Amino acid sequence: MAEIRGNAASVTFENVTKTYPGASTPAVDDISLAIEAGKLVTLLGPSGCGKTTTLRMIAGLEMPSSGRILIGGNDVTRLPATDRDVSMVFQSYALFPHMTVMENVSYGLRFSGHDKKEAASRARAGLELVGLTDFGARLPSELSGGQQQRVAVARALVLEPLVLLFDEPLSNLDAKLRRHVREEIREIQTKLGLTVVYVTHDQEEALAVSDRIIVMNKAVVAQDGTPRELYDAPANAFVADFIGEANILDCEVVAVQGDEATVRLGTLALKLPARGHQAGPAKLAVRPSRIEIGPAGAPQTIAGTLAKVTYTGSHLELVVATALGDVFVLSRNVDAPFQGGDAVGIGFPERGPVLIKA
Amino acid sequence: MRFRQTRGPLEPIVVLWMAIGWVGFALLPWYGIEDGFFGFSWLFDGYPVDSKFAPALVLALKGEKLWLAPLGFLLAAPLLLWGRNKSDPVFGRLLVIGGAAGFGWLLFQGFAIGLHGWQFSWLTSLFGDLGDRQFGMGYGALLVSGAFLFLLTLGIAARGAVGGDVFVVSSIGFVVAVVSIFIFMPILMMLANAMQTDDGGYSLVVFLAKLLSSRLWSLDCLAGGNRCGVAWNSLLLAVLVGLLTMFLGLVFALVVTRTGFRYGKLLRALTVLPIITPAFVIGLAIILLFGLSGAVTQSVAGVFGIQPTRWVYGLPGLLIAQVLAFTPIAFLVLIGVVEGVSPSMEEASQTLRASRWQTFWTVSLPLMRPGLANAFLLGFIESMADFGNPLVLSGNYDVLSTEIFFAIVGAQNDAALAAILALVLLGFTLGAFYAQRFWIGRRSYTTVTGKGDAGVHPRLPNGLTRALYVIAGLWTAFTVLVYAVIFYGSFVRLWGVDQSLTLQHYKKAFAVSWNEFGIHWSGSAWSSFWTTMEIALISAPLTAGIGLLTAYLLVRQNFRGKNAFEFATMLSFAIPGTVIGVSYIIAFNVPPIELTGTGIILVLSFIFRNMPVGVRAGVASMSQIDRSLDESSLTLGANSWQTFRRVILPLLRSAMLAALVYSFVRAMTAISAVIFLVSARYDLSTSYIVGRVENNEYGIAIAYSTVLIVVMLVVIGLMQLVVGSRNIGRRGIQKGDGGWSVRTNVSLPGTASGPTTIVGAG
Repeated sequence: MAEIRGNAASVTFENVTKTYPGASTPAVDDISLAIEAGKLVTLLGPSGCGKTTTLRMIAGLEMPSSGRILIGGNDVTRLPATDRDVSMVFQSYALFPHMTVMENVSYGLRFSGHDKKEAASRARAGLELVGLTDFGARLPSELSGGQQQRVAVARALVLEPLVLLFDEPLSNLDAKLRRHVREEIREIQTKLGLTVVYVTHDQEEALAVSDRIIVMNKAVVAQDGTPRELYDAPANAFVADFIGEANILDCEVVAVQGDEATVRLGTLALKLPARGHQAGPAKLAVRPSRIEIGPAGAPQTIAGTLAKVTYTGSHLELVVATALGDVFVLSRNVDAPFQGGDAVGIGFPERGPVLIKA
Repeated sequence: MRFRQTRGPLEPIVVLWMAIGWVGFALLPWYGIEDGFFGFSWLFDGYPVDSKFAPALVLALKGEKLWLAPLGFLLAAPLLLWGRNKSDPVFGRLLVIGGAAGFGWLLFQGFAIGLHGWQFSWLTSLFGDLGDRQFGMGYGALLVSGAFLFLLTLGIAARGAVGGDVFVVSSIGFVVAVVSIFIFMPILMMLANAMQTDDGGYSLVVFLAKLLSSRLWSLDCLAGGNRCGVAWNSLLLAVLVGLLTMFLGLVFALVVTRTGFRYGKLLRALTVLPIITPAFVIGLAIILLFGLSGAVTQSVAGVFGIQPTRWVYGLPGLLIAQVLAFTPIAFLVLIGVVEGVSPSMEEASQTLRASRWQTFWTVSLPLMRPGLANAFLLGFIESMADFGNPLVLSGNYDVLSTEIFFAIVGAQNDAALAAILALVLLGFTLGAFYAQRFWIGRRSYTTVTGKGDAGVHPRLPNGLTRALYVIAGLWTAFTVLVYAVIFYGSFVRLWGVDQSLTLQHYKKAFAVSWNEFGIHWSGSAWSSFWTTMEIALISAPLTAGIGLLTAYLLVRQNFRGKNAFEFATMLSFAIPGTVIGVSYIIAFNVPPIELTGTGIILVLSFIFRNMPVGVRAGVASMSQIDRSLDESSLTLGANSWQTFRRVILPLLRSAMLAALVYSFVRAMTAISAVIFLVSARYDLSTSYIVGRVENNEYGIAIAYSTVLIVVMLVVIGLMQLVVGSRNIGRRGIQKGDGGWSVRTNVSLPGTASGPTTIVGAG
């Protein structure tokens, strides 16, 4: 039986802009990217940020208005989808309803110059890879959502594409299945060493599945980095708030010495990594789970009053009214006897706050 | 990159079109052959040397018709691309220039040189008398023009239009070319004809004088005279018919959807009637009922002792017949509109303390207003375009559509007058069409999403319900009576004189006997019946094909000028059949395209009359196929042609079948356009029947009509069976058909066949 191989290639965008006819603002504005071969890279952002347009330009379903796109070092800017060696798994799966699972999976193989026997053998290998060996004769409508999704993956994989694209592949699945399917996708990707570009608006999904995340906002790249970099060191308020939740607090950089900045936050003075900031007003992004909450008046805390306490089972959600504004805090200590109206103090441990641009 | 570019010195598709062009130029007779497109006696009749049958190349070598020679050079031009790549800018530019120049020259020489040498006086004054002439184009010219057209589109595609997609660009080019040649060119030539003065010149003044003549626009009847202008007559009739059909359509729609009426399905079945009934049949039935010797007239005269009159001929009869014929169309449109009003609006109104009456008057009805206007305009256009009923019923009440006909066939034989009348008629229908598309189209409150809000429509107030039942019941009874009269009348020996039953009409029309040669179709109707079948069977697949292709381009592709393209293809909705008929005999009676008297002109008129039916069917079902299906096919390496063939067409099977059947049925029942185009050799059922009516042979006419209706019923029934069973195994959501519906009897295949929503099996 044939075996499905990985055929990874890099993807490069050079100053790519896409403006749809009749639109006043570009959907994708002067983006440059380099996606390494064999990595799973996620395009993450709110709806309308240009991530799907970016994906469709890699597929060749949209042509850029300007700029260059390279796949595996070859310029494919003007090449239509038919002639690009890129496969895509659609949000709706786009299985052809009038063809059986087997016919769906071997559809692309027939256009790639494989004879019937070869195509059938490769299609079977593809179905085996996604664990649907016995489902070849069924129609897509006779499969569950998760199975349909796997057929769509198999159909894309058997072509051994240079790049495999996923457009929100989990959005039509129920919550429990999502975790399972995304692990499967990741497993296949690492096993075959594929280059995968994955579009999602779900930050948790992105953090869990990616080698690298490209956060997009308003047609430009907001930040590009590993999941940990994005979470722990967001570049700006948008990324901080979009990936996980964050309190954005006004502060002032008093002095910078080498890599270390002295920051005044209300009554506190904090020593933080400078991250290129100069003295002057700035903002701090603080994860709710990285704020400590203690009794009022404790040293190195800011005084506040508990405005709201919500019990969610695994943790407490607290809103603390302070001189800096309302601060949102998550506390693991569900047994603490907090009540609305209590006077408390909030503290910022060393790796908590991150300096971002004002 | 999938490596599958074929590396030859010349793109294979360029070679293909060049080869086709050269076959047309060097091998096939350039001019049309007199014994018809499918006659092949020319092969043994002096071909290829005889100038009548010679290919263009031979003509040029003989030194005749030298104006054809440049075409040969232009056909050879793509050879300059030897060794050049498709992405080379020269490639696209050369093909565009060569193709456009060739196509343009071919058209120019065709129009410039006709039966009497130069066709335009400025050419004569420029070059002097030509001393030669040419006939209509034939096979050779057909292939060569096709070759030039597609070389041109290849060039446009190579320059990057529509993503460089050859299939899509070629399809657009093809549709634009045929629509221009077979819809716009005839209309323009008709316009030119209307501006022509008696001595052959062109004059706007003469045109305006004719256009504004009192025959068209006189208001005599208001001032006590006996006749108003034809245009006013048509307008009055159309407005009345529009209002009445809108009203009755609304009544039926409300009965079916808002009163808990249990036999709604049966009422919906009534909507199939106008599809299968030739237009004049209703008129015939009205004559049988209310004519001078009509059943109703006679009995009323007998009971009250009054002299029977011919009161029904004219406005009253026309009104009754047209309202009968077109109410089902308004019903079909309004059912979608009434269902489209969101129930939650009405429920909200009721929770705000409005009674059922108040809810109906203040919420439901206003929300339906755009739909009502839509139904009115459809009725208006239908009435304007109707030809069959006025032909048998109009009496002294002249309307535009029949005046056009009599201007051509009557003693006057005045093509210029016919053209003027046709232009006025076209003005009215296009105005209504424009209003419908651009004014009402943007004002629809009903949203047909297929999902619909939760909630149920509230019942109507009881009094209103009762009134609706009465009106709908009476009208239904009347409709049934009309069809019963047709059926019964076909067995009556001589209506009004000798009511005894007989089969003689059927025998006379459809007798079959056996003789030594086998079956002998001895009935008088058989010849026209089989001709109609043949023409309808030939035109149906062509109509469906071009319709679906156009629908694909409209729904799935984006290209510059798409709005104009859409408007142009939909425009033929609004062109009345009589106008098409007149413009065809004006345009295709002389070179370069000589078609009158052939079967081809009938086929062509059907294709372009009925093309919107195919477009509608295609657009309706294609917009329900998720676009990601095409895109996934493209990313899997199929090109757009393969995607069209393997993914879209199979999913459109039911739409295809519907388009096929409806174009077939329409071809069988059409009268307005074809009555101008039929010939002794190619007579059609409908024109044969009208001929019998004119000879007062009502018996045969009615018997023949009955047979046609039954045949159509069987065809539609079979289609419903097949389409119905095709939908199994797919997820289907019934979708209401709202908003813009179609101009004519049949074009609602979407509603009739119950379209299915096809998404990517997600």
